[in-house]
Amino acid sequence: MTTTTPDSVSRTRPSAPSTVQATWLVAEREITMRLRSKAFLISTGILLLLVLASIVIGGFSAQNVSDTKVAVVGTASQAVSGAEGLDVTEASSVEKAEALVKDGTVEAAIVPDSTTPLGIAVIGDTEVPSGLLGQLSMSPPVHLLDDTAANPLIVYFVALGFGLVFFMSAMTFGSTIAQNVVEEKQTRVVEILMSAVPVQALMAGKVLGNSILAFGQIAVIAALSIIGLTITGQTDLLTGLGAPIVWFVVFFAIGFVLLAALFAATASMVSRQEDIGSTTTPVTMLVMIPYFLVIFFNDNPTVLAIMSYVPFSAPVGMPVRLFLGSAEWWEPLLSLAILVVSTIAVIALGSRIYQNSLLKMGARVKWGEALKS
Amino acid sequence: MLEIRNVTKTYGTRQVLTDVSFDVAPGRMTGFVGGNGAGKTTTMRIILGVLSTNAGTVSLGGSRLTPDDRRRFGYMPEERGLYPKMKVEEQLVYLARLHGFTTEAARRNARELLERLGLGERSNDAVESLSLGNQQRAQIAAALVHDPEVLILDEPFSGLDPLAVDVVVGVLKDRATAGAPVLFSSHQLDIVERLCDDLVIIADGRIRASGSREGLRAQHSRLRYELVSSGDAGWLRAEDGVTVVDFDGGYALFDADTEATAQHVLRSALSRGDVATFAPQHPSLAEIFKEVIK
Repeated sequence: MTTTTPDSVSRTRPSAPSTVQATWLVAEREITMRLRSKAFLISTGILLLLVLASIVIGGFSAQNVSDTKVAVVGTASQAVSGAEGLDVTEASSVEKAEALVKDGTVEAAIVPDSTTPLGIAVIGDTEVPSGLLGQLSMSPPVHLLDDTAANPLIVYFVALGFGLVFFMSAMTFGSTIAQNVVEEKQTRVVEILMSAVPVQALMAGKVLGNSILAFGQIAVIAALSIIGLTITGQTDLLTGLGAPIVWFVVFFAIGFVLLAALFAATASMVSRQEDIGSTTTPVTMLVMIPYFLVIFFNDNPTVLAIMSYVPFSAPVGMPVRLFLGSAEWWEPLLSLAILVVSTIAVIALGSRIYQNSLLKMGARVKWGEALKS
Repeated sequence: MLEIRNVTKTYGTRQVLTDVSFDVAPGRMTGFVGGNGAGKTTTMRIILGVLSTNAGTVSLGGSRLTPDDRRRFGYMPEERGLYPKMKVEEQLVYLARLHGFTTEAARRNARELLERLGLGERSNDAVESLSLGNQQRAQIAAALVHDPEVLILDEPFSGLDPLAVDVVVGVLKDRATAGAPVLFSSHQLDIVERLCDDLVIIADGRIRASGSREGLRAQHSRLRYELVSSGDAGWLRAEDGVTVVDFDGGYALFDADTEATAQHVLRSALSRGDVATFAPQHPSLAEIFKEVIK
């Protein structure tokens, strides 16, 4: 027997990487493999197209409330002075005005008529120009006590937008993490990985890599929205939406790390792709609930206020409240602090589950076993 | 020297390892044999630290193994695992980098190994597109790509054709010659017999025998001889001190009580006709194995 010690075997053996370096290596692999996946690139492309399309369509429909073309004759022009949304053409006589209506140059003509109480009459072609009548109708001036409240329809779409983007990104990247964790378990590559790097680095790398991708996707969507709104001239909406979008990106970045840790931890409890649902369903619910809440309760201040502080729904709830102007300046900061603290707690808990479950093959790992320290 | 001492492991109420102790010496190939469920994989996982023990220690060069020590191990798990969609070389580079290699050094090691294992042309193919035998070679490359100082290989030869076995044996022997302790399990006893310097036999979670291959052979040797003669060998049955194990016309396999009895049988055979073969029979590993685990 020789007296060689293992140390003499080492040639140019490098020292083991630090946990941080190992984490980054794992994250790097997650990112490159994901960027190579056609399914991912296509779905991202579709998502971006959808965002762009909704902004452009929004821009068109805003412009389509175009002015009603009318012809006026003589003193009837007084009736339209000050009326908004009318494109007025002066006609020299009633006959000329009727001709303009007939050939479709204008939708209707307003002519002087001393037989009516108002002193004017409206001439239409084949149908009653009801839109014009509404614009002409004499109504008392209205003073709104709260003229800052946003249009409920726009609020609905803004809420839906935040909810949908959060829901889709969190689900796509969350389920990717879950699948990758189970893939490593199922192919047992995890045994090799664990003999090379600390388990914490494995999980942290997965969470980091996918968070970077998710954050990148969200940032691109946010930038696209802002640029799109600017180009299509929807600057009013942009003024109100700019800050909430930025806050959304910030909340999402941290909120996603929290969800990612939960997805990784719960997925590590099963050994086969088919079983992923059995442990990740609660996390999926956590992603879906804020989406539905914000759609159904975007007009309910109490629900929104609660949502904006609960860590799982804050990335959706707080930007909506900021858009509505119902949050004080310090509220997003407080909510963010709560989110950060709970994210740290969840990572600690998640890495314990991950560590306890990673090598347990076969049946689903029991919660008690997964959580024991 | 890798030392396993008094390792005990239970799963729930089932005891899978009982007081397991053996050594894996540097520079030697140690074969680890046992039936299905005997505890080979559990032992190897414990050595690698991916499983905990209920009692006992694993140490290297006299000090207990730390996670840092274990990073210098090369491990091939029983159930093969590589990322199915990653390219072979890319995967090896990744694993080597996880062990602290620079990308260049990792790539150099990966290419060298793939070339040596006959996978050079497939290095840019996804692992899932390889045949099982080639996946197996890739797996071996994965265990070796970071120049490990200790090798723990669970069934490294299963699924390989004889030529591939020779290639892999060559690679492993080089590592052993360089001074690495190499522990490999197998239930292909003929390969183990040809390959190992030392042998550890496990059954029902207990070590039944361990030591050098020659030592074990000597320990289990007996006076068994093969005789092939021209006439009928039926007369052997009447000889004193002879037990006939197998018999067929001029062929006989027998145990003799002493060397002198054997020589006496040979002389008698010659006096009755021509003798084509008269040879002592060494026990094969398979025979020793069956005897030891009884």
